[in-house]
Amino acid sequence: MNDRTVYLDHAATTPMVPAAVEAMTAHLLEVGNPSSLHASGRHARRVVEESRETIAQALDCRPGEVVFTSGGTEADNVALKGVYWSRRAGDPRRTRILTTAVEHHAVLDPLHWLEDAEGASVWRLPVDSRARLDVDALRDAVERDPASVALISVMWANNEVGTLQPIDEVVAIAAAHGIPVHTDAVQAVGAVPVAFARSGVDALTLTGHKVGGPYGVGALVVRRELDVTPLIHGGGQERDIRSGTIDTPAIAGFATAVELAVKHQAEHAARVAALRDDLVRRVVEAVPDAHLHGAEIGAERLPGNAHLGFPGCEGDSLLMLLDARGIECSTGSACSAGVPQPSHVLLAMGCDEEAARHSLRFSLGHTTTQADVDAVVEAIVPVVERARAAKR
Amino acid sequence: MRVVAAMSGGVDSAVAAARAVEAGHDVTGIHLALSRNPASYRSGARGCCTIEDANDARRAADVIGIPFYVWDLSDRFHEDVVEDFMDEYAAGRTPNPCLRCNEKIKFAAVLDRALGLGFDAVATGHYAQLRTGADGLIEMHRAVDHGKDQSYVLGVLDQQQLAHSLFPLGDSTKPDVRREAAERGLLVADKPDSHDICFVADGDNAGWLREKLGDRAPNHGGAIVDETGAVLGEHEGTYGFTIGQRKGLRIGRPAPDGKPRFVLDIEPVSGTVTVGPREHLAVHRLSGIKPRWCGTVPRSLSGTVQLRAHGEELPARVRVGETVEIELLEPAYGIAPGQAAVIYEGSRVVGSATISATGQR
Repeated sequence: MNDRTVYLDHAATTPMVPAAVEAMTAHLLEVGNPSSLHASGRHARRVVEESRETIAQALDCRPGEVVFTSGGTEADNVALKGVYWSRRAGDPRRTRILTTAVEHHAVLDPLHWLEDAEGASVWRLPVDSRARLDVDALRDAVERDPASVALISVMWANNEVGTLQPIDEVVAIAAAHGIPVHTDAVQAVGAVPVAFARSGVDALTLTGHKVGGPYGVGALVVRRELDVTPLIHGGGQERDIRSGTIDTPAIAGFATAVELAVKHQAEHAARVAALRDDLVRRVVEAVPDAHLHGAEIGAERLPGNAHLGFPGCEGDSLLMLLDARGIECSTGSACSAGVPQPSHVLLAMGCDEEAARHSLRFSLGHTTTQADVDAVVEAIVPVVERARAAKR
Repeated sequence: MRVVAAMSGGVDSAVAAARAVEAGHDVTGIHLALSRNPASYRSGARGCCTIEDANDARRAADVIGIPFYVWDLSDRFHEDVVEDFMDEYAAGRTPNPCLRCNEKIKFAAVLDRALGLGFDAVATGHYAQLRTGADGLIEMHRAVDHGKDQSYVLGVLDQQQLAHSLFPLGDSTKPDVRREAAERGLLVADKPDSHDICFVADGDNAGWLREKLGDRAPNHGGAIVDETGAVLGEHEGTYGFTIGQRKGLRIGRPAPDGKPRFVLDIEPVSGTVTVGPREHLAVHRLSGIKPRWCGTVPRSLSGTVQLRAHGEELPARVRVGETVEIELLEPAYGIAPGQAAVIYEGSRVVGSATISATGQR
């Protein structure tokens, strides 16, 4: 039994980097509401605006385009509902929302709600067996009636299987008809190059705790020209799109983390990808019928993602057995009361329900070491044997 | 031992898990997700399938300091327990789904999975006692707290299942268990007991069956007759009735003798429900099928039988052949085919059988 925790669930959340902890704690003992007019308020405001500039610099956007939120889920909700409402207000024909079948629940569920409550017609476009959007299906869906499309939302990188989406092509299709594009880039920032202006998207979601920053803070980067109807009304602190007292310490920690993650992205990706490749190769060697789900290893996959299928096992048995050995990973799918549901991502990729249940996601991050990979390789054979015995 | 503690989110299973830890076992808590579409919040005292119950179980595991997981057994539960419940009612019988769940889910599907995963036993919060007998076999006995005794719903467990079971509460009373839960800082200490059938959320069996059975119902109505065949009224489906039922018959006309009438017989094919006076409910003989023996198969014995959960013990003579023939020394009332007869020798559970026929003296 290991007395050390092998943490391989960085896609769920990754440890804060020390510099972000320092930046955050430095402001926790300082008073000052950024909206106050006195010196303490001005000081806090300065921290927030410098943080905004730091993030803008890192993500190739203008500072005024960064709207701080409570995290990725709120940013997705603001983007989807806020843009849908304003686009429909501009033209009542705009009720269609085009998205993929493999989005995170923070996108899927607001879209369900818009369908049920707001008369939206949501098109969940198919993906191939690697979870990559069928671009032709998107083009057909747009060209069928471009005037009825309120917005397109396509994630930058899939949180379960790590597949990168063809954002360039999505933007090209949308731009021809002036349709705004939102992308959930929560998993992508810091892992692959993400440049807002250069990408051509109109709105982009990111969150602090996936890049080494604190929980409970994130941002929607959104072009000034795009009208967004607010969800939360109040003091109008964030460009009138988002109200609520601004969380200065969290924003300071968030900005520091984003800055470092983007600055070190290339070397981080290379290091983590090498560990990931080693993990996949050796696990598949040890368990011959194990296989990688999603895009082949390479440029179309997040560097830290290893989503592996183990036929004949229940994913939650594998998770529990690894957990007992101090190895922490995920079944990669959404939970309902702690019960893993068959992953909608794997089902959309054409896996059957059995395959959708026999999978594990190992996600590597900035604290992952070779020893972590070795621990998985050492444990995987007895764990898979046990899990198979439990299923028989 | 490595032990899986099945934690419903209630006080009993939480204390059972804590005691298993204290007994020196390496305990992992699990909550069984049995409902395909769990409700978010429980209403009243019922059920053990809501997300709130899963959260209560998780918090109890935190306090005890053991790992915790949810195991999804909703498909197995639906097939083996819910479908069986519907089939039995459709056939005019009165099943007990809790026995079925213990036989097929808790001490079968869960136990098998636990053994496969390298555990040695399953611990639950049932009130029953296990002892090793002179012959080396595991015996199951009634709990010390006769009011809470649950050996009846465990009467379907065989030696193999008992050998991998732990019932840490068998020597305690419910008030003691609640007190202990409070002392251990378990927030479920004063959570109400669960009653009724966990998957029938509002306790309305007939309404639930009406909705779920649909086309599988043998009938959607028929006549209510007396023992001479005279029609007294109409009903909306035989599955809404249980032998011995008095309430809800909606017969306008009183009986000639002015006494209340009870359901005596249910005939699902013709849809006929026969009613009559209480004394005609009296049953002196029972035939049982699908016996389950806790230890070695008995031949014949004089002991007691219990015919429903928390029912009284009735002195009986039992003969075991192809069927299990039970002669009751004093009559039982309102006994329906489908119910389980659990057979005891003293406090020890011998086994059980499903009642297939009843007879008068």
